[in-house]
Amino acid sequence: MSTSSETEARAAAVPRPPARGTRLTLRAAALGRPDAPAVTGVDLDVAPGEILTVVGPSGCGKSTLLRTLAGLLPPLAGAVEQDGRPVDGPAADRALVFQDDALLPWRTLRANVELPLAFRGVPRAARREQAAAWLERVGLAAQAGQLPHRVSGGQRQRAQLARALAGRPRAVLMDEPFGALDAQTRAGMQELLVEVLHGTGATVVFVTHDVDEALFLGDRVALLGAGRLTAVRDVPRPRDRSAHDDPARVALRRDVLTSLGT
Amino acid sequence: MTRRVRPVRQGTGPRPAARYALRAAALAVALALWQVLSGRDVDLWLRFSQFPTVADVARAFAGRVTGPDYWTDLTESLTRILTGFLLAAVLGVAAGVLVARSRLAEDLLGPLLEVVRPIPAIALVPVAILLFPSNEQGIVFITCAAAFFPVLVSTRHAVRALTPVWEEAVRTMGGGRWRVLATVVLPGALPGVFGGLSVGIGVSWICVISAEMISGQYGVGYRTWQDYTVVDYPGVFVGMITIGVLGWLTSTAVELLGRRLTRWLPRTSYVPGARPRTGRPAAPVSPAATAVPAGPAGPAGPEPEEARDEHLVRD
Repeated sequence: MSTSSETEARAAAVPRPPARGTRLTLRAAALGRPDAPAVTGVDLDVAPGEILTVVGPSGCGKSTLLRTLAGLLPPLAGAVEQDGRPVDGPAADRALVFQDDALLPWRTLRANVELPLAFRGVPRAARREQAAAWLERVGLAAQAGQLPHRVSGGQRQRAQLARALAGRPRAVLMDEPFGALDAQTRAGMQELLVEVLHGTGATVVFVTHDVDEALFLGDRVALLGAGRLTAVRDVPRPRDRSAHDDPARVALRRDVLTSLGT
Repeated sequence: MTRRVRPVRQGTGPRPAARYALRAAALAVALALWQVLSGRDVDLWLRFSQFPTVADVARAFAGRVTGPDYWTDLTESLTRILTGFLLAAVLGVAAGVLVARSRLAEDLLGPLLEVVRPIPAIALVPVAILLFPSNEQGIVFITCAAAFFPVLVSTRHAVRALTPVWEEAVRTMGGGRWRVLATVVLPGALPGVFGGLSVGIGVSWICVISAEMISGQYGVGYRTWQDYTVVDYPGVFVGMITIGVLGWLTSTAVELLGRRLTRWLPRTSYVPGARPRTGRPAAPVSPAATAVPAGPAGPAGPEPEEARDEHLVRD
């Protein structure tokens, strides 16, 4: 949190087109269901266009954090803001990508991707065209007419990504989107995500329990545990596979693992 | 268990024809037995002496089909059941969705529905007579009441069982209440709804026939009862057979429509207990594979339908 100015400086340096991203802020927020608060006292500021990854053990409230940012869950205390305005419900501005099975099974991949476009009032022909373009971009042009259960888990997640981005959201909230994939598919999906996000300028909050994934993708990584947000750390050389052995990255990885208690 | 074979969807030569022949033969045997028992006036404990023979019934049938009343009765009954059933489908789905999605609706409608539900629809005849100016409307009301509850209950369950992430996904795409209803709730509940509709059409027939027997002025049920009161037993059997065929046709129509609209359901790629693909092998099929019956599937159970309904699509 103390490093947001640094992050902004870096985000500006990264060759991204004018940021369409949005600033997401949590102030002294308590999150969860009324009878069972999952996380309390959260102060977090996600800069426009930034990729923030959130790591923590299962059940630590990562999904709750994401659903609160999406507007599906009102905060129990404190404030949730988007660009300084309180978040009071879900909106097309903040797309949510789920772990699995969030595609509507009775719609083909194309029809799923067309859905947010239809909600935005895009005319049918343009919808078709844009959906095809997005599916092409995630490498699913050939599967566009398939039903979700006919394609592999990795392909479903790619379709979900296309669906989320087709609505041109200013923030993309991702809830362990690659959690159900095998290691190899997962690495491929990470690359694809970086590539596809490039040029959208969208702010990303990416929840995962995989520390390496968090360190590869995130400009910053937030650590969640024991019902609190324990730290937010800058990641050296994000989205650079060769930085894996960078001493700074190795040190950070050790720190993160230590503080997660694994 | 390892010898599950993929079903062959394309024409498999003589096999479907052979199965048809088997079915026809079973029917023929039943008819022959009936003819023998009734023709010889067999009177062991069960008494067939008064029973009309198959030939009597066939003659009566031929007479009726060419007569004026048969088709009037048929269209009367069909109009009643279709009106009542369609009303029940619309009202049942609407009420089911409402009760499942809104706590207020559940509190307001729930107790009322639960009290009325156990009352057999046919017991509503006095209510229908009091409420409606004409018999006709009363019969439609009873038919509708009969089908309403199965549709309501299965819709309610189906809506409550929807995967929450579907709704969350649509809401974070900017979809409001109505979009959630149109894009998630209704299509997602469809398999369950059709379970209710299948049950409902069956109950509807029972009630339309009973109601006609009590208060109709035309209709298959009315005619059957009339024949009984004038001791025209072949006529009674003609009525029964007509009811059977109509019931079978309408429930098949509901079933087919349901399959069509829920084609997206993931189905197993094999038919449990399906016949082997090529030439009957000498090795006996393992009992486990054949024992799985193509029996009554749960209303919403997608998989066994493949087996149960194969005669509808394949043959």
